[in-house]
Amino acid sequence: MRDFAYARPASLAEAASAFGDGGEAAFIAGGHTLLPAIKSRLRMPDTLVDLSGVPGLSGVTRDGDMLWIGAMTTHATVATNALVASAIPGLAGMANLIGDPQVRNRGTLGGVVANNDPAADYPAALMALDAVVETDRGSHRADAYFQGMFSTALDDGEIVSRVGFRVPLASAYAKFRNPASRYAVVGVFVARFADAVRVGVTGAGPGVFRWAEAEAALTADFSVSAAAKVVLSPDDLNTDIHAGAEYRAALAVVMLKQAVSQAS
Amino acid sequence: MQTRLTINGTGHSLDIAPATLLVELLRDDLGLTGTHIGCDTSQCGACNVLVDGAALKACTVLAVQLDGKAITTVEGLATGGSDADTLHPMQAAFREHHGLQCGFCTPGMVIAGIEMVRRHGHDLDRATIAHDLEGNLCRCTGYVNIIKAIQAGAKAMQHSGEPANA
Repeated sequence: MRDFAYARPASLAEAASAFGDGGEAAFIAGGHTLLPAIKSRLRMPDTLVDLSGVPGLSGVTRDGDMLWIGAMTTHATVATNALVASAIPGLAGMANLIGDPQVRNRGTLGGVVANNDPAADYPAALMALDAVVETDRGSHRADAYFQGMFSTALDDGEIVSRVGFRVPLASAYAKFRNPASRYAVVGVFVARFADAVRVGVTGAGPGVFRWAEAEAALTADFSVSAAAKVVLSPDDLNTDIHAGAEYRAALAVVMLKQAVSQAS
Repeated sequence: MQTRLTINGTGHSLDIAPATLLVELLRDDLGLTGTHIGCDTSQCGACNVLVDGAALKACTVLAVQLDGKAITTVEGLATGGSDADTLHPMQAAFREHHGLQCGFCTPGMVIAGIEMVRRHGHDLDRATIAHDLEGNLCRCTGYVNIIKAIQAGAKAMQHSGEPANA
């Protein structure tokens, strides 16, 4: 790989300062998106700022109806953490579908959220679970945070510190994954709250989105038969070597039914 | 970048160029060529090593990111002094059950098998093993015997008193 400078800050303030002084700088968490991007020269940073030595960025806590997960928490931890399993088992199940065991040991929530890959799993969960992304500078609601392919509300150098998920009555994630990359061809996260149902869809479009028709139908009747009647327009969906837009639209309904079945 | 690593039980303090992948450090600088490079894109698992007991892909981590950590490669599994001629129970099970054809994927498979014991205990069913091998590719398609070997190796680790968090 092309060489770069590397900083191991011990606080968020030091991290921000290393980023500011680093020319074309990038934060690195688990590195499971960034390092492949550097290898293929999609990214050519002058400086990597490693967040693993910054205290307080890992772990799971519950505060009332919010479950907070630190940005540096690995997928393996979210998949097996007892607090996650009791509060939002659908989120633990989703984490267990990311990549493979070795990837889950290394990849982090914050890395996924900052990167916003249009086929990543977590963004669907953040949308459905009405999440809050907290940073070193403030906080963002998930609805306003994700802004299309690889684009977020983060300013240059802003660091995700933790994510708060609203604890639902029930939730589940269903994913049709690409067998090689294990990214979602289509992934649907369904969360049922006392007042409404929220549905996040990843992989299908140029960025994660909420599926309004599915939310309305399931809020009225949370059942697989209600899910089966929902239609997703292929108009704004992706067509690529893996699947066409119409196929993805049909797949979204199948994933919706699976998720509702699991959450029922 | 000065970095402290414990590799197969030996402490090292190394000055490492930041862009050095762990697998490059192991193979090119330390001569530990048992950790293989298969795909170099975090798919195949031939480069799996244990870091503080957790398996990860050495092609997708920088050596400098692991400051202070303990790394176990396939060379560090056998015991028996300088000859290291007593195979780890998981290695012995791969030999006994012929869990390899060309052997290229084997170091990563052995490491993956050992970590399955850490996650699930010693009594592994075939479905669990097959699912947890999703990050390891065998191009000879020798999966049947690989699964048999991991199942037997996991049990043997219990009998040999091998800790589940090796």
